[in-house]
Amino acid sequence: MFLTKEEEAILAGGEGRAPQKAMQLIVALGDVFGAERLVKIESAQISGVSYGNIGDAGVEFLEDWASAGARARIRSTLNPAGMDLKRWREMCVDEEYSSKQMRIIRAFERMGVETSCTCTPYLVGNRPGRGAHIAWSESSAVCYANSVLGAMTNREGGPSALAASITGRTPCYGLHTREGRRPTVEVDVKAELATDYDYGLLGYAVGRLLGCGVPFFRGAGRPGPDGLKIMCAALAASGGIAMFHMEGVTPEAEDFSTEGLEKVSIGRKDLEEARERLSGLCGEPDLACIGCPHCSVEELRDLAALLRGKRVARGKGLWVWTSKGAYAEAERLGYIGAIEAAGGKVFTDTCMVVCPLARSGYRHIVSNSCKAAHYVPSTSGLSASVAETRAAVESVLEDT
Amino acid sequence: MAGDGGREQRYRGRGIAKFYGRGEALVSSQAISFFGGVDPVTGIIRERGHELCGTDITGRVLVFPSGKGSTVGSYVIYQLRKTGHAPAAIVNRETEAIIATGCILAEVPLVDRLDADPIGVIRTGDCVEVDGATGSVVVKRRP
Repeated sequence: MFLTKEEEAILAGGEGRAPQKAMQLIVALGDVFGAERLVKIESAQISGVSYGNIGDAGVEFLEDWASAGARARIRSTLNPAGMDLKRWREMCVDEEYSSKQMRIIRAFERMGVETSCTCTPYLVGNRPGRGAHIAWSESSAVCYANSVLGAMTNREGGPSALAASITGRTPCYGLHTREGRRPTVEVDVKAELATDYDYGLLGYAVGRLLGCGVPFFRGAGRPGPDGLKIMCAALAASGGIAMFHMEGVTPEAEDFSTEGLEKVSIGRKDLEEARERLSGLCGEPDLACIGCPHCSVEELRDLAALLRGKRVARGKGLWVWTSKGAYAEAERLGYIGAIEAAGGKVFTDTCMVVCPLARSGYRHIVSNSCKAAHYVPSTSGLSASVAETRAAVESVLEDT
Repeated sequence: MAGDGGREQRYRGRGIAKFYGRGEALVSSQAISFFGGVDPVTGIIRERGHELCGTDITGRVLVFPSGKGSTVGSYVIYQLRKTGHAPAAIVNRETEAIIATGCILAEVPLVDRLDADPIGVIRTGDCVEVDGATGSVVVKRRP
C-alpha cells in the first residue's frame, strides 16, 4: 500500500506509541480490504461504547489506549452508551454496571472524543457535507451519511473508527471510491408509502431480500428526513446495506445510470411480510419504545402533541430515546415536559438496543422501528413487535 | 510434504499483523468467533458444537478458515493477551476485519492466503513458526 511520508512517520512511531498502534491497525485493515492508499477524513463516529456490548475486555482496551496517549486528531463522537449517563437508576441499571460504563466514557474523554452518545450525529452538529470522507461505525448513520448526505464512509468497527480518529485517516476502498457507490440493483416500489414507519418496513424488506449491495429505488415517493433515517436503520439491520440511491431524493442518484441492472419489485405484500416477521409478540405490549434511531426534535414535537390530554396506563411504559442535543432543544420548546407529564420517560445517551432493557421488568415492547424490533429479542430477551408510531404509543395509554 | 516425518516445509502468505511467533499448531476446519466462543480468562474454546470446544488455545498457533460473529471478538483477543492466554500466532485461509483488528491490538502475528491451503497442510501438533512481517510460515512435523 502507498503511504505518504507523514503516514510512514506515524507508522514508524515518530508520534508516539498510540498513534503507531492506530496506524498499524489502519494499514492492516487496508491490506485486508485491498486498499491502495489511505484517505484523510473529516470526522469519526465510534461504536462499541455500551458496557453491555464490549464488556471488561473493551473497558481494559480503551483505558490502555487512553493511558498510552491516544488522542483524537479530528472531530469524533460516540455511538449510544449502555445507559442514560445521568438517569441510569430510572432504567434499573445497577452500580457496578454504571461504574464500568462511566470508565468507558472517561477513557473516551481522555482521548479527546466528544461524549455525545448518539446514533444520529448528523442531527446534532456532526453533519458532513457531500463528498466528505469520514469514518463512521453506527450502521444506520453510515447508511444515512452515504445515501442522504453524500458523505463517504465504509461500515467501520469500533476499534477501526477509533484508530481512524487517532490517525485522521482510513483505508481508501469501497464506499470511499466512486466505483463502490455505483448502484448494483434497481428496486421498483409498487406500494404507497404513507408514514415514516412504512419507509422502515420498506428498508427492512429490501435489506432482507438483497443482503448487501447498493440498491437504487424508484417509485418510493419523497420521504422526509425522519422517514429516511428509520429506513436507513432497517436496511442496515436486516441486511448489510451501507448505501442506497433514491430517484429524486438522494444527491447522487442522478450521477449513475441503472441501465442493465437486475430489477426487483417490492409491493404491499412484502411490507406486510416484514411486519409479520418482526411481530413475534405473544402478549399485549407493556412498553412502547420510540427513538431508534434517536428521535429528532420534530419527532419529539409530534409525540408531545399525540400525548396531549393522555396518560400512560398503570403497569405500562413509554420510553423515548434521543440525543442530548435534541433533548435540550425539545426541552426548551416544552416537548419533553409534555411527554413526561403524560407519564412517558425521555432518555438520552442510550437506546433500547444497547441498554440492559430486561432489568426494566417489562416483557413485550412495541416500536415504530424495525431495527429495534429486530435486535431487542436477542439483545435483551424481551419480545417485540412493530407498529406505526401512533398505534404503538396508544397501545400503552389509559383508555379514555 | 505431508507425511515426511520431521521435515520442514515453508509456505508464503500475506502478512497482516507483522509480529513473530511460534508454537504447536491447533487446526480447525471451522470458523471461530472469539466473542462468546473463547473464554478470555482461560483461553478455552467454549462454543457449543465447535470441533475444538474444550480446547485451550493458549500459546498455540491457531489455524482456521476465518473469523465470524460479533466485532467485539477483537477485544476478546486483546483480553486474551492481557490474561496470558493469547495464541502464539494465527493462520487463516482468508482473514477478515474482526481477527485482523484483534491481532493488531494484541500483537498476535497473523498471516493468511498461503500458497497452500493451511487447513490441509498443517496438522494439529505440528511445530509452526509464523513471521507476520514477511508472511512466511514454517511447519515442522514431529517425527
